[in-house]
Amino acid sequence: MPINVLMPALSPTMEKGNLAKWLKKEGDAIKSGDVLAEIETDKATMEVEAIDEGVLAKILVPEGTADVPVNDLIALIAAEGEDPGSVQAPAGGGAQAPAPAAQAEPAPAGQNTTPGGGHMSYERVNEAPDGATPAAKASGAEANGGKASGVKANGAAPAESGGRVFASPLARRIAKQEGIDLSAVPGSGPHGRVIERDVRAAVAGGTAKAGAKADAKAGAPEAAAPAAAPAPSAPAPRAAAAAPAGLSLDQVRGFYQKGAYEEVPLDGMRRTIAKRLTEAMQVAPHFYLTVDCEIDALMKLREQLNGSAGKDKDGKPSFKLSVNDFIIKAMGLALIRVPAANAVWAEDRVLRFKHAEVGVAVAIDGGLFTPVIRRADEKTLSTISNEMKDFAGRARAKKLKPEEYQGGVTSVSNLGMFGIKHFTAVINPPQSTILAVGAGEKRVVVKENAPAVVQMMTATLSCDHRVLDGALGAELIAAFKSLIENPMGMLV
Amino acid sequence: MADTYDVLIIGAGPGGYVTAIRAAQLGFKTAVVDREHLGGICLNWGCIPTKALLRSAEIYHYMQHAGDYGLSAGTVGFDTAAIVKRSRGVSGRLNGGVGMLLKKNKVDVIWGEAAVDSVAKGNQPGQVTVKETKRAEAPKGAKGAGTYAAKHIIVATGARPRAIPGIEPDKKQIWTYYEAMVPEAMPKSLLVMGSGAIGIEFASFYRTMGAEVTVVELLPQILPVEDAEIAGLARKRFEKQGIKILTGAKVTKVEKAADSVTATIEGQDGKSQTITAEKLISAVGVVGNIEGIGLERLGVTIDRGIVVTDGLGRTNVPGLYAIGDVAGPPMLAHKAEHEGVICIETIKGLHTHPMDKGKIPGCTYCQPQIASVGLTEAKAKEQGFAVKVGRFPFAGNGKAIALGEPDGMVKTIFDAKTGQLLGAHMVGAEVTELIQGYVVAMTLETTEEELMHTVFPHPTLSEMMHESVLDAYGKVIHS
Repeated sequence: MPINVLMPALSPTMEKGNLAKWLKKEGDAIKSGDVLAEIETDKATMEVEAIDEGVLAKILVPEGTADVPVNDLIALIAAEGEDPGSVQAPAGGGAQAPAPAAQAEPAPAGQNTTPGGGHMSYERVNEAPDGATPAAKASGAEANGGKASGVKANGAAPAESGGRVFASPLARRIAKQEGIDLSAVPGSGPHGRVIERDVRAAVAGGTAKAGAKADAKAGAPEAAAPAAAPAPSAPAPRAAAAAPAGLSLDQVRGFYQKGAYEEVPLDGMRRTIAKRLTEAMQVAPHFYLTVDCEIDALMKLREQLNGSAGKDKDGKPSFKLSVNDFIIKAMGLALIRVPAANAVWAEDRVLRFKHAEVGVAVAIDGGLFTPVIRRADEKTLSTISNEMKDFAGRARAKKLKPEEYQGGVTSVSNLGMFGIKHFTAVINPPQSTILAVGAGEKRVVVKENAPAVVQMMTATLSCDHRVLDGALGAELIAAFKSLIENPMGMLV
Repeated sequence: MADTYDVLIIGAGPGGYVTAIRAAQLGFKTAVVDREHLGGICLNWGCIPTKALLRSAEIYHYMQHAGDYGLSAGTVGFDTAAIVKRSRGVSGRLNGGVGMLLKKNKVDVIWGEAAVDSVAKGNQPGQVTVKETKRAEAPKGAKGAGTYAAKHIIVATGARPRAIPGIEPDKKQIWTYYEAMVPEAMPKSLLVMGSGAIGIEFASFYRTMGAEVTVVELLPQILPVEDAEIAGLARKRFEKQGIKILTGAKVTKVEKAADSVTATIEGQDGKSQTITAEKLISAVGVVGNIEGIGLERLGVTIDRGIVVTDGLGRTNVPGLYAIGDVAGPPMLAHKAEHEGVICIETIKGLHTHPMDKGKIPGCTYCQPQIASVGLTEAKAKEQGFAVKVGRFPFAGNGKAIALGEPDGMVKTIFDAKTGQLLGAHMVGAEVTELIQGYVVAMTLETTEEELMHTVFPHPTLSEMMHESVLDAYGKVIHS
């Protein structure tokens, strides 16, 4: 019996794909692990790998064929001892082939999968798959069906709502009765299994109605929001359902003696900070990149520039540049130098910007604001400096207009004035990065094999892995470092 | 200060010693304190030795009915001392086993009466003082009295028999389970006060061994926590065996004579009667051992004799935990063990959930046995469920007939709306070994459908569990 090679599915919802290229010819000997062909969808390219040995007897679908249905027979491998010449395609083609080529196992709903990094390396993905957290298992899932078809697919199948959801029978029954979409319910049972209490909570919270989800899918069939990530269209209720709510008021009170504390009611700002940043940590997969920047040149340039400032009519200098102003400018220029990083995540796509919008965290009594310097790449240091002074003043008076602190692609948070050497910051949604800047201080470093005293500043970039991969983040912070260490570049 | 432990557990009963072993597995430096016996009441004066006694009674019963199976057994008799000796031997063997398990897991055993002086604050560990006790000899290798420091202190001190004023146990005519477990001679007549698991098991044992037994229950139903229909069937069987049962009745007065007690019992109708018996067993429940451990001084919240916890074993005092009987009902060994594991895993920072107390099975090892899990039919209706009830009699089961055990019933209660198994109740031979199937089903949140699709082996008593489910949905085969 020859081994059937079937059109593999890149994701559980993929229906057809293009056979881009055959990498083996008829008559080639095939070893397990050999790449037979490349399959394309509009999202990605993947390799079809052999898991059996033999001889590629017949190619049934020529390369360049578009829209080949999943599970169609595309080739035959003659097993050991078989005569490749005599291998025949079965009547009726492969459409009725018994086993699906590859059923990548979706990550259980609600369970965090390890963000990309490692397993992305051996995939050939032209574009980031639209799974926020691609099912980590997918690439390792040499699907059971693959054995029958003689191939396995190296595709990053995002956990899609069409995949299997692990749920208890009772949870399924109640979900069905209440019209709840189980794939949208975070499971709190063993291994992320959806159990009765999860569905009851979803019913009570009014979330995850199957109808709403279906509509969203009809409108954007390719969107297929991964089950592991909340649908951005309804972040609030999803987050509420997904978020371990933390301890209840009574539980927290129970830990302390009455009278040992006073209770401070939340204002709108505290509530917003708590909600948005919790959401950010749960939704945006953070990773952190730290660099040390030598700032002797920057300090010297700042002194020169401040010394050269003209006087206004009151006899005060027309500007006084702070180190932070240089950092804002450097961040703005770095985003322009690394355009792929000048982007934010938006449900099923990324939004890429032409200009750099840099938010700056301003601490105020009881909270913080992050006014945004627009076009930070174009503005001069003195303009940035004066704009920031205005923003900071009005932020403290809580007089910023919403349009002044909304948006932004990145933010700068500087705790250097508090003597903080190094820290990491939480990304401010919907931005994709934030730079945490520590204090400038004299440190002994090795320069030309000898100790030298230089002024250093440590900066840490938090990146949203949905938008930036490690290398891209590294490129961005390297561009920033280069600008800070060669500050003349910011003047031209 | 001698030693600083990560975890110190007061009480080496089934809750305490299991928690200690789990703590050691999690890498905690662990000690467990006890004043009397490793394995607690369960292993020494409760669950285990009574099972040994009841086994003797069961075999005695079969020997008396050997003819039913075509066998002859000659003169059937018993030796009370030998029965008790066997029961004590079983406890002794398991008690030694607990000691070995603790040693194997490097758990220190400290012997004496423990009291908590302080709980951990910041880097300062809590402190427990252990005083010498004369109650029992310390096991080999145990540490003695002294002051011990521990970061986390778990109270697992268990419970003791409740005493009713005026009817206090005297170890001679008025017994608790302690004395009832080690009779010097079988009493000719016996009055059992209370028809919970303990009372009914002793009633069953002594009746089988030939005593005239009267059970007095305050509530209108024997085995008050069980489903009324099941308890009713059990009652019929007990009465057929010759046990006299008075429900809705109260013992108002007990007078002791040299070798008997006379109890005045007031019925629901207000009429009094007196019953004289050789012994009276007081089995009116147990109360938590919360005294003398320092809980009041530390400000631990206690509600009606129960240490209040958050479901994960944490009391209102950080660093102090409570599990098992002291943390509230059901006061069962398996509840204590499970609660202890949840508590220590919470301390470790593992992801834990409070135990679902609605899914704790209960077993009574009388003849016939009773086993149940979940809601009774009455409770389910009271909670507003529209129910589907399935019943299957032992008489319809081939294996039961072959065993010569045609009396009994398996009853299942489903939520009509969702198909959730709300409760299962059984009376009859071996049901205590069967109930676990339903407990697993409930824990996995199965509906009637999965239970119907499950294949039960033939011929077994477990087939009745299938048929009962089928009956709830009008699909029963053998009835």
